[in-house]
Amino acid sequence: MTRFSSFRDFDWILLGFVSLLSLVSVLEIRSATAQTKFHGFDHKQIGFLLIGVVLMFFMSLIDYHRLIDIARSAYMISVAALVAVLVIGTKHLGARRWIKFPGGVHFQPSEWVKLVLIVMLARYFWGMAGRELSWRDVWKAFALVCVPMLLVLKQPDLGTALTYLPVLIMGLFLGGIRFKQAGILIVGLLLVVGVAWNTGKLLKPYQKARLTSFMNPDDDPKGSGYQIRQSLIAVGSGGVWGKGANHGTQTQGDFLPIPYTDFIFAALCEEHGFIGALGVLLLYFLILMRLIQNAQTASDLPGTLIIMGIVAVIVFQIAVNIGMVLGLMPVTGIPLPLLSYGGSSILFTFLSLGIVMNIRMRRFVN
Amino acid sequence: MSLSSPTTRQLNNDEKLPAAKLAGVQYAIVLLLAVLVAGLWRLQVLGADNWKVLAEANRVRKVPVLAPRGKIFDREGRILVDNYPSVSCYLLVEQIKDPSVDLPLIASGLHLPIEQIQATLKRFQGAAKYQPIPLKQDISQDEQAFVEAHRNELPELETHDEQRRLYPKDGFAAHMIGYVGEVSEQMLQNDERYAFYSPGDVVGRSGVEQTYDALLRGKDGSRDIIVNSHGKEVGHLGQELAVPGQDLKLTIDLDVQRAAEKAMDGKNGAMVAMDPHTGEILAMVSRPSFDPNQFSVRLTKSYWNEILTNPDHPLMNKTIQAQLAPGSTFKIIMSVAGLQEQMAQDLNVGCSGGATFYGHFFACDLHHGHVDIHNAIPYSCDTFYYTLANRLGIDKIAQYASAFGLGQHTGVDLPDEASGTVPSTQWALKNYHRKWYAGETISVGIGQGAVTVTPLQMARALGGIASGGVMHRPHLVFPEEMPKDFASALEASFPGSGEKTVPIDPANWQTVTDGMAEVTSPGAFHTAAASHLDGIDFAGKTGTAQVIGHDALAKTNKGHDTVPNAWFVGMAPRRNPDIVVAVLWEHGNGGFNSAKLASQVVNAFVTKQRRLANNLRIAEVPKEAPKQSPENPADPSKAVAVTETKADAAAGPGAE
Repeated sequence: MTRFSSFRDFDWILLGFVSLLSLVSVLEIRSATAQTKFHGFDHKQIGFLLIGVVLMFFMSLIDYHRLIDIARSAYMISVAALVAVLVIGTKHLGARRWIKFPGGVHFQPSEWVKLVLIVMLARYFWGMAGRELSWRDVWKAFALVCVPMLLVLKQPDLGTALTYLPVLIMGLFLGGIRFKQAGILIVGLLLVVGVAWNTGKLLKPYQKARLTSFMNPDDDPKGSGYQIRQSLIAVGSGGVWGKGANHGTQTQGDFLPIPYTDFIFAALCEEHGFIGALGVLLLYFLILMRLIQNAQTASDLPGTLIIMGIVAVIVFQIAVNIGMVLGLMPVTGIPLPLLSYGGSSILFTFLSLGIVMNIRMRRFVN
Repeated sequence: MSLSSPTTRQLNNDEKLPAAKLAGVQYAIVLLLAVLVAGLWRLQVLGADNWKVLAEANRVRKVPVLAPRGKIFDREGRILVDNYPSVSCYLLVEQIKDPSVDLPLIASGLHLPIEQIQATLKRFQGAAKYQPIPLKQDISQDEQAFVEAHRNELPELETHDEQRRLYPKDGFAAHMIGYVGEVSEQMLQNDERYAFYSPGDVVGRSGVEQTYDALLRGKDGSRDIIVNSHGKEVGHLGQELAVPGQDLKLTIDLDVQRAAEKAMDGKNGAMVAMDPHTGEILAMVSRPSFDPNQFSVRLTKSYWNEILTNPDHPLMNKTIQAQLAPGSTFKIIMSVAGLQEQMAQDLNVGCSGGATFYGHFFACDLHHGHVDIHNAIPYSCDTFYYTLANRLGIDKIAQYASAFGLGQHTGVDLPDEASGTVPSTQWALKNYHRKWYAGETISVGIGQGAVTVTPLQMARALGGIASGGVMHRPHLVFPEEMPKDFASALEASFPGSGEKTVPIDPANWQTVTDGMAEVTSPGAFHTAAASHLDGIDFAGKTGTAQVIGHDALAKTNKGHDTVPNAWFVGMAPRRNPDIVVAVLWEHGNGGFNSAKLASQVVNAFVTKQRRLANNLRIAEVPKEAPKQSPENPADPSKAVAVTETKADAAAGPGAE
C-alpha cells in the first residue's frame, strides 16, 4: 500500500496549467457569449470550476486503491443506471440521457461511467499484469466496455459512447495486447463498422450524415455541413493574430454554432488567431505530458493505468473536438476538456485530476 | 518531463510496465498535436485570406436600393406615369431552415400560391445565396404586419421600401407607354442589351418603357448591412446611393390623346395622330387595352389568362402591329402614282358598278358614272382605280407604295413594329415562287389582296404626300430628351426608312389633297361627308377593307367577324398638315365610321391650337401650293389653317 503524503506533494505545476486553461475557458466563454442570449455563462462556468476544484481536492483524499476495490460494484451500478435511463430516463430533444431526481436534479450516468470504466479497466488489466493477453482476456475487456457503450448508443449519445473506446484501447495497449491480436481486432472492427454502417443498424441517418459531412461540408451547407462550414470560416478568418476578444464576427454574429461548448476552440481561433490556438495546444501538451509523468511515477500499475486511462479520454476528446473544428473529423458533440462550457465535462475532468493527484500523493512506495 | 523515461517502473514483484509504451503514448500525442497544428496552419496562415472573404460574405449583406424610375410626361409636362412608395417582400434563401414548414407559412401569410414561391426559388437557383430575392411586390399592411410578427420563425423574410410604377387608369395610352416587369430568362439569355441585368431586375417590357429602359431605370444603389446568423441587421458598413432614372417627356399631347382615347372607347382597333412636320406622335391608341398596373405589381393568373385568351389581342399595339389590307385609303398612293406617271391626268372611266379585267368582273359599290382623278378620290370609285392599277402594273404600284414607306418599318421608337406587305412581281417570286398574275394587280389597286399596312405607316405616308413628299421618322420622345450616344444607338436599333423625301410634282399632291378635302366635304358620293368639320380644313380618305371574300361572305352567317374593317386617314389642314390621323376600326363597317372618330381628334387638336394661338388666323383654303420648299415644310405660321366653309348637311356614307 502507498502512503498518503501531503498537499505539498500535490502536482501544483499541473494545477497551474489547468488553472491557466480554465481561465482561458472563462474568458473565451465570456467573449463568445457577449452578444448572444447565452450571456452570463462565464459566471456559471466559474461556478462549475470552483465545484470541480473542491471535488478534485475531495477526490485526492480518498486512496485510489479504495476506488479499485469498489470498481466492480460501481461498474454494476453504472450498467444498471444506464438501463434505468433507457426505461425511466427523461427525454429531451429526442434523446433519453438523464434520470430526473426530486428537486429538479438531472443526473447523466453516461458521463460518470467514463470514470468507472477507467478504474474498472485498470483493475482488470492489473490482474493480467506480467503476462501476455489471451484472446479470452481481450474479449473480456471488450465486453466490459461494450455493454455500457451499447447502452449509451441506445440513448442515443454517440459522442459519449465513443469516449469509452480510448480507455479500452489504452488499456489493451498498456495491458499487453500482441501485435497480431491488435491487427486482427482492427480488421475485425473495420468489418463490423462497415457492415453496421451499410445496414444502418448501428447509426441513425442523421448520425451518419454528421459523420460524413465533414468531408464535403458544401454538399449540404444548410444542413449537416453548416456547422463545419461555419467553423472553418471562423477559424480560417481568424488568421495569424485573430480578430480580438469580442470581435469575432462569426462568433458574435451567431454564425458559429454553440460557440461556448463544442465549438469554443473555433471561437478562440477566430478571436485570437493561430497564435492563440497554438498557446492552447501548448497548454494541452504540457498538461498531458505532466499527466504521463505522473503515470510514470505512480507507485503501482493500477495507478499508472488509471492515469493513462484519463490521458486516453482527454487526448481523444482533444483530437475529436479540435479535429472537428478544423474539418478533419466528423461532428460528434464531444466537448473540449477544460475549455468547453458545461458542468459534466468540467466535473469529470476535475474528478479525474483529483484521482491523478491522489495517485501522485501516494507515489512513494512504503 | 522527458518524452521517454529511461526507467522501467518496478511496481510489485511481478508488475512491470515497459517504459517504451508510455514513451509511445507520448510520441503519439506529439504526432497528434502536430497534425492539429498543421491543420491550423493550413486554415489560419495559408488560407486566411480566402476564409476572410467568406466570413465577410457571411455577415455582410448587400441590400439593393432600387433607383426610382424616371417619370413620364406628355409634351407639355403633364404627368403620364408616376411612382408611388411601396413595400416589397424579399426572401433570403440561406436563412430558410425547413422549407416544408416555412414555405406554407409564408404562402399563407403573403397570400401567395406555394407553387409560385417554389417557382421563384427555382428561378433564382443560380443567384448568390446571401442575396435577397424578390418574393412579392407592393405588399399590403396586413402582409407587412405578418412579416414583422414572424421575424423569429421566418428570419428569411425581409421587407424593403421601394418605388412602384403608377400608370393611368383604364389602360389609357397603355400600348404606347408599355409596362414594367421582371426581366425574363429569355431576355437575359438572348438579348445583349440585358447582359448586365440580373434575374429579378425590373425592366420595361413594352412601349417606351422598354425602348427607353436604359434612361428610365437609373442606377440601383445598395446598402452594406451587417447581419447575424438570423439575418437580423446589427449594423451597417456603407452605402452606394441610387441614381434616379431620367424623366422622359413624350411627344404625346395629353389633350389629343384624351380625344383619341374617347373616340376609340368601346371599339377594337387603333388610332394614331402625328405631326408630319417632325414625325412627333401626338396620340396613339390601341383597343382593346390592358391595365399596365397589373403587370408592374401583381399580375394575377386570371388577368393574364384573360388577356391571353382575348381574341381581340389586348397586348397588341395595333397602331404598329396590325398588318391589314388598307382598303381604299391605298387609293391615295394609287392617285399619286398615277399622276406622277402621267397616267391618271387624262383617265376618265365610266363606272357602271364595276368592270371586267382578264375575264373577271371586279365590282364597284355604286354606279358613279364618269369618274376622273378629281372625283375618283371623294367617290372612292373602285372602277377608276381598277383601271389605273391595270395601267400602272404591280411593280409601279409597289415602287410608289415603298417610296411612301409601306411594307417597311417606319423606325418608330417602339418595340416589335410590323412591316406590312407591298406585293410585287419580285415579292411573288421570292415568297411564293411563282409569277405575279396581272389580275391580282386589280385588287391591289383598291388596297385589297396581298397589300397590308399598319395604321402608323398610313399616317406617315399621308403626311408625306400632303407635305410634298417629305417624310419623317415617327417618334414618341423628343431627340433632345436623350443623350446623343443613346439617340444614335436607338436609331440603329430601330431600322426603318427614317427621314426621306419622295419627289412629287406639287401639282400632283395638290390634286390629291384637294380630292381628299372633298371626301369630308358635303356632296353626293363623298364618302365621309358626315365627318365634315365646320371651319376646319379637314381632309382625308376612307377605306373599307373586306376581311372575307365576296364568295365566302355569301356562304357565311355574316357574323361580326365578317364585317369589314373601317379605315380612315385624315389630316388638317389639307396641305402641309399639322396633324395626320390614321384610324383602323376593326369590323367598323365602313370608312365613314372611322372618319367620324378621326374628326373628333382633329377637332380637339385644332381647337386647342386655336386657343393657344389666341390670334386665330382665318384663312381661305389655299388654292395654290404653299410657297415653302417641300424640303422644309414646317412653317409655324401655318400651324392652323381654318376654312370659312360652313358645315353642309351631312351626306350619307357614300360608296367607296
